[in-house]
Amino acid sequence: MEKRSRRFALLADREVNRDSFIEEWADAGLTIMDSPNDPKPGICVRDGRIVEMDGRTEDRFDMIDRFIADHAIDPVIAEASMAVDSLEYARMLVDIHVPRHKIVRMLEGVTPAKLVDIVRHLNVVEMMMALQKLRVRRTTANQAHVTNRKEHPALLAADAAEAAWRGFAEEETTVAVSRSAPFNALSILVGSQAGRGGVLTQCAVEEAMSLKLAMKGFTSYAETLSVYGTEATFTDGDDTPWSKAFLASAYAGRGVKIRFTSGTGSEALMGHAEGKSMLYLEARCLMLVKGSGSQGVQNGSISCIALPESLPGGVRGVLAENLIATMLGLEVASGNDAMASHSDIRKTAKLMLQLLPGTDFITSGYSSMPRKDNLFGGGDFDAEDFDDWTVVQRDMQVDGGIAPATEEEVVAARMRGARAIQTVYAELGFPSITDEEVNAAVYGHASEDMPDRDRVADLAAAEAFLNGPQTIVNVIAALARGGCPDVAERLLEMQKQRLSGDYLQPAAIITERFEPLSGVNDPNDYVGPGSGYRVDGERWERLKRIPQARKPDEVIRSTTSGQPLKGLKSKGPAQPGPTPGEVVVALGPAFGTAITETLSGIPHETILQALVEGIETEGLVARIVKVFQTSDCGFIGWHGAQLSGSGIAIGMQSKGTILITKKGLNPLNNLELFGMSPNLTVESYRTIGRNAARYAKGLPVSPVPSMIDNMARLRYIVKTTLMHRRETECVRADAPIREMEFVPRA
Amino acid sequence: MLDPQKDYPLSQKHPEWVSTPSGIPLNEVSLDRVVSGEIDAGDLRITPETLRRQADIAEAAGQRALAGNLRRAAELTGVPNEKILAVYNALRPHRATRQEVEALCTELEQVYHASETAAFIRSALPLYEEKHLFKRLKQEDK
Repeated sequence: MEKRSRRFALLADREVNRDSFIEEWADAGLTIMDSPNDPKPGICVRDGRIVEMDGRTEDRFDMIDRFIADHAIDPVIAEASMAVDSLEYARMLVDIHVPRHKIVRMLEGVTPAKLVDIVRHLNVVEMMMALQKLRVRRTTANQAHVTNRKEHPALLAADAAEAAWRGFAEEETTVAVSRSAPFNALSILVGSQAGRGGVLTQCAVEEAMSLKLAMKGFTSYAETLSVYGTEATFTDGDDTPWSKAFLASAYAGRGVKIRFTSGTGSEALMGHAEGKSMLYLEARCLMLVKGSGSQGVQNGSISCIALPESLPGGVRGVLAENLIATMLGLEVASGNDAMASHSDIRKTAKLMLQLLPGTDFITSGYSSMPRKDNLFGGGDFDAEDFDDWTVVQRDMQVDGGIAPATEEEVVAARMRGARAIQTVYAELGFPSITDEEVNAAVYGHASEDMPDRDRVADLAAAEAFLNGPQTIVNVIAALARGGCPDVAERLLEMQKQRLSGDYLQPAAIITERFEPLSGVNDPNDYVGPGSGYRVDGERWERLKRIPQARKPDEVIRSTTSGQPLKGLKSKGPAQPGPTPGEVVVALGPAFGTAITETLSGIPHETILQALVEGIETEGLVARIVKVFQTSDCGFIGWHGAQLSGSGIAIGMQSKGTILITKKGLNPLNNLELFGMSPNLTVESYRTIGRNAARYAKGLPVSPVPSMIDNMARLRYIVKTTLMHRRETECVRADAPIREMEFVPRA
Repeated sequence: MLDPQKDYPLSQKHPEWVSTPSGIPLNEVSLDRVVSGEIDAGDLRITPETLRRQADIAEAAGQRALAGNLRRAAELTGVPNEKILAVYNALRPHRATRQEVEALCTELEQVYHASETAAFIRSALPLYEEKHLFKRLKQEDK
């Protein structure tokens, strides 16, 4: 095009247009849930063995088919389960009369293609209804990322403590340099327990290191076990379903909670989608996860999220994969971790699909520090979004697993965390953490606020610690000796949780009172309105109490000086004015007494003076009266007009809302109305006075110019309501209108 | 037979069922005993008995696959990390010959009494063969 539309040029610069969008291409696996290459659902069981699945006979099974057929489908019920119509299943998913356990049991007999065929019938609202019913744990929760570019132990501990205090049930760290792993794992373990007891922690590193950390007692969960939906991708990932399943058992054998990782888009990204849709491949992954005996999965595309989001229906598809996991009885940590969009609108819209129905972990990694310090490369929502998150929870009465916290509480929690890790370092002879570093971590925001450490010394100490004999037992003893017995107790309590194995059950988290909460003792019992997890009682009180919320009387405290306006005095009952040379200024019942300044903070005296001056510049007299029968601006003005010798009156409420009217107009009509007083300056009031006088003189009047501030109503509506309420409290139905004398201060 | 409703969580409902590998009951694991050195890192490991109890709970709660995993986990508590990693690596594509994997299965079974784990791995061997997931020997390349 030769000539560019300015509107389109502006749209092109919008954040959403920095995202990538492509058309579907099924043969490359770039389609969400409807590839022509996806198989039709089907099963054939012979002598208790699955010999055909989704159109493939046993002899043509790939390794994923084989694993699913052997470990993830109950052959006893398979034929009966597959015989139920997909639409019927879809309806059962949203039917409040069909409880979760019934559906999950029936679906133990279905194939991957059947799962996709079922969810294909649901729109996103139906998927959300199903997710609300099918997630494993009744109570929702959230998981945090805790990392920083400098891998600073005091900052890690302080951020971990804050995240724990805010309510994250799990915290996950990783490394910039793999040798840092033991110290990073230790920092978030100690920090999180100093913040709040019961947080599960992990350090995402390669398997050998990960097992070592688990053995030493520094981690309590692991979610690094990635699986893929095609054989070639799996092999490229250097694993097989059996190697992953074996590893899962090994972790559990060390008392570590296991969660696999999968997600739409990884196969297409790795070039081996085999022309299948993303959701079909993800359904295979999820059945594999289930067959491996993992209690749960983190999915929702995870690090590939921008790929499904580039395609039509991508966000719906991601919700569908979360839902399929729950249909298989798996705990779900539902993504929302990697950057999903440049656009805050788009990110938030996507988040609603998991936040509103609730999942076991709304995000599989909320960046509890600013995203530039996120070593996972994530941070779709980060520390700078905490208040947005807690406000949205309060708006919708939903629980996204992050509680509001005051600055005092957070500073105290960060101090406990940083002090505790300082103590451990001192007691165990690691390179010391100075008080200066502790303070920087407590009051800082990101790694740029931290002094640099001697990285060489830290890494050498970390390596020696990992390969030496010291374990969690030495850390606990160090805390006890070093003056942090409460943190030591909590660390020991976590070890006792490990001994009990309670958190190996599906969707387990641990409360601050060290009570395990899992699908076994806190099963999701949603069966429609009035059932399931409701945000009420103590939890709702906590979520309501955002520190930004003020007490109503505080909001308008400043509008009352406590001292009535000295220069404004009653002279007795007001009478109709005999002379046409006057303009009546009628004031509301609280003016200059219960309220002494306007909504935007202009003193009543200043306003009144401006009005009088404006009237007087036209050579007329301002007669001031005070109306008690009403607080309504239209009626205040109307009463004034009845008394005015010229018939012209100005009516003004104490909050500054003002109008010009004349005798003969009905109360809701007027000559000029200025409904948004924050848009008025003192000069505007002077002009209003002048205009009123010109009306009285019968001269032509040009309207008072005022600015347009679209946000004024938004900013002031609470204060408006409260000021108007105060003025209304001053209404006296039987009190006559008073004539007032106004003597402005010199 | 365990009843998930009545018996879980073990740490609260049946702490007497849970002990350290050396037999110290859960409720007697205290900070004093850790600080004094009476309890060491070896004591803070989950036992095969506890894992089997959790497997029974999972099974009773309808989680058969998880129960199977926890039973294999019970067997692996006694397998050192180095051996775990050796088995894991052998199961990765093209890392070990069939004979090597079979030898590891035998070792798991005979040295560590990990028969369910060994059976789980053995069930995959025909597929490893069919999909050429074992290490390719040089003479077979041709």
